[in-house]
Amino acid sequence: MDFLIFKAPMLMVQASLDGILLGILFALIAYGMALQWGVMNIINIAQGDLVILGGYIAYTIYLWGIHPAWGVIISPIIMFFVGWGLYKLVINKVVDRDLFISILATFGIAIVFQQLMNFIFGADVVVAQSEYGTTMLFDNSVTLPNSKIFSAFISVLYAVALVIYMKKSRLGRAIRATAQNARAAKILGVDTEKVYAATFGINAALCGIAGALISITLTLHPYVGLPYTVRSFMIVIVAGLGNLPAVAVSGMGLGLFEEFADYILGTEFRIGAVFLLLVLILVYRRFKLSRKREYLK
Amino acid sequence: MNKIAKLFVTFISAITLALVSFTSSFAKVEGEYIVLGSAISLTGKYSSNGVHTQNGYNMAVDRINKMGGVEVQGKKYKFEIIYYDDESNPKRAAQLAERLIKQDGVHYMLGPYSSGLTKAIAPVTEKYKIPMVEANGASRSLFTKGYKYLFAVLSPANQYLEVAIDLAVEKNGGKGVKIAQAFEQDAFSQDVRLGILDAAKRTGSEIIIDDKLPKELNDMAATLAKVKAVKPDVLVVSGHTKGALTAIRQISEMKVDVPMLAMTHCDAAKLSKQHGKKSEFALCASQWHKNLSYKDKFFGSGKKYAKDFQKEFGYDPPYQSAESSAALLVFKDAFERANSFDRDAVRDALVDTEMQTFYGNIKFGPGGQNVAKPMILFQVRCKGDDCENRVVAPTKWASDKFYHPIPKWSERS
Repeated sequence: MDFLIFKAPMLMVQASLDGILLGILFALIAYGMALQWGVMNIINIAQGDLVILGGYIAYTIYLWGIHPAWGVIISPIIMFFVGWGLYKLVINKVVDRDLFISILATFGIAIVFQQLMNFIFGADVVVAQSEYGTTMLFDNSVTLPNSKIFSAFISVLYAVALVIYMKKSRLGRAIRATAQNARAAKILGVDTEKVYAATFGINAALCGIAGALISITLTLHPYVGLPYTVRSFMIVIVAGLGNLPAVAVSGMGLGLFEEFADYILGTEFRIGAVFLLLVLILVYRRFKLSRKREYLK
Repeated sequence: MNKIAKLFVTFISAITLALVSFTSSFAKVEGEYIVLGSAISLTGKYSSNGVHTQNGYNMAVDRINKMGGVEVQGKKYKFEIIYYDDESNPKRAAQLAERLIKQDGVHYMLGPYSSGLTKAIAPVTEKYKIPMVEANGASRSLFTKGYKYLFAVLSPANQYLEVAIDLAVEKNGGKGVKIAQAFEQDAFSQDVRLGILDAAKRTGSEIIIDDKLPKELNDMAATLAKVKAVKPDVLVVSGHTKGALTAIRQISEMKVDVPMLAMTHCDAAKLSKQHGKKSEFALCASQWHKNLSYKDKFFGSGKKYAKDFQKEFGYDPPYQSAESSAALLVFKDAFERANSFDRDAVRDALVDTEMQTFYGNIKFGPGGQNVAKPMILFQVRCKGDDCENRVVAPTKWASDKFYHPIPKWSERS
């Protein structure tokens, strides 16, 4: 236990801003997960690995001498087709099966992706340099990397664009219809097969954006996908499916929680605290549900 | 079962049998070859360092064989290595060690890459009484278990950054310093941490931040914000390549000013290449540097080794390769002094090793660790955008003066 943070108010500001900026990025990944979970009823264990793959795409263009920020446009385009292909190859065979099968299938995909990335990009940890500099606040006592601000801004931009797209476009409406009732949508002429493929593609594209942002804010390694999967799973559990504002709030909440846990409990419990919170929330939910049931009796 | 299937099965079993009998006859010394075995990470998360290790082994085998090989009882022998890919997985490494010993009949082993995998293999080699010279397992716990057949050419992990603390105290006029430290929670980094704790006690220094980084972590903003608030004299970070890269990225972005920054794994992280000028002034612990003036008759000097390695493999040798090459020199020396292929004779000869190689002096302590070679520190220094590692400590080998304190970010261009 360390209470340094309560003695220095500037640390509190620093922690809060760091937490929120990071949380927005998590929310973007979680939004993709919520979308395809809601539409296809699939929990994608490979979510984090799709993120890392997106990051490696941005890193590759960085190696070619292009600024890695272009990754937020190029990476989602490529990742959309990766997602589409993945659906056609594997996911369409498990989409109507029970949850357990889809978890196993995506777990398999995660392992294959890790090994492929290791094979193609090597086992070294890599970073892409954005050279965006730093914003200093309160007489330099709070410092915010501009790359983090940039990544939060881009995340919000894409999330808003996607919400509008889902509301207005034909495909967006078809996706929402399928999420509500796949059979009814099918009867009414929606090509659900195509909708599923597009949804998985969009999810992969969101992961691509997040990955590109991670390549300039954090570090990339073929085996660091899992924590992103867990975080997005957690955010979705808290927020519920198909509730974007809740996903955003819960993402930022998780970012804040992680940051404060880091300060107070110590860095070693940062990820552990996330898992603990997940367990607590699941128990609480179950508790609430059982009370409701009793009441209904 | 029809006839064809039966025939097929017989055929396959015959081939398997033939293969098995062939491999088991392929024992310790075959004709003019001394066969060594090694499980090595060619795939998985250690694959890049695994390849550095393998390149180091291969380079030394070629060189020794070319220069006349190993002379035992008046006859010249050559080295040959059987490699298996352990997939960076300790369980697999232990299985492969068994296989090398039991099926392939290997009687002498070379180590794998990383402390974790060496730890997995050591009980196996110990059980079968197989001498193993390893070059990439530095964890202190390897040398406290009383292993009799394990020999490490490298300095143990707890020595990695002790020199840095001594240096800081020296710069502080002999008075104790305030230390902030962040270490990953794995065997190696925690050993480095123990070394710092010892050094702090010895010098009367105080540890004001002592963070442990989880394995998955690639964000240490919280630790660094604390560092900014409490202003230590030294910041020590050890968390493999990910730790080194994350630290430099976030220290430069958050403009954290510390007078001294000491790390491990800068070499493997290609710190100066990936982060350029942002990494300037970082102090890094290293087992070896090509500018050191150690010599031997096989590779000449460190510089010559680096040049030859570059020619053969197309990149500058990291210390992982150099120490791996040194392991072969140790084996050669031991075989010749033992003048026999008896495992225990070779083991006894290894115990008495006292030699100089291009990589450093080698003499094994009671636990099997190398006690004759100090760790070195280099500092990243840049000219324009061109950065390189220059040795600054210990003074005997230093090519450059240690730059202290690190200028504030506001004063750096």
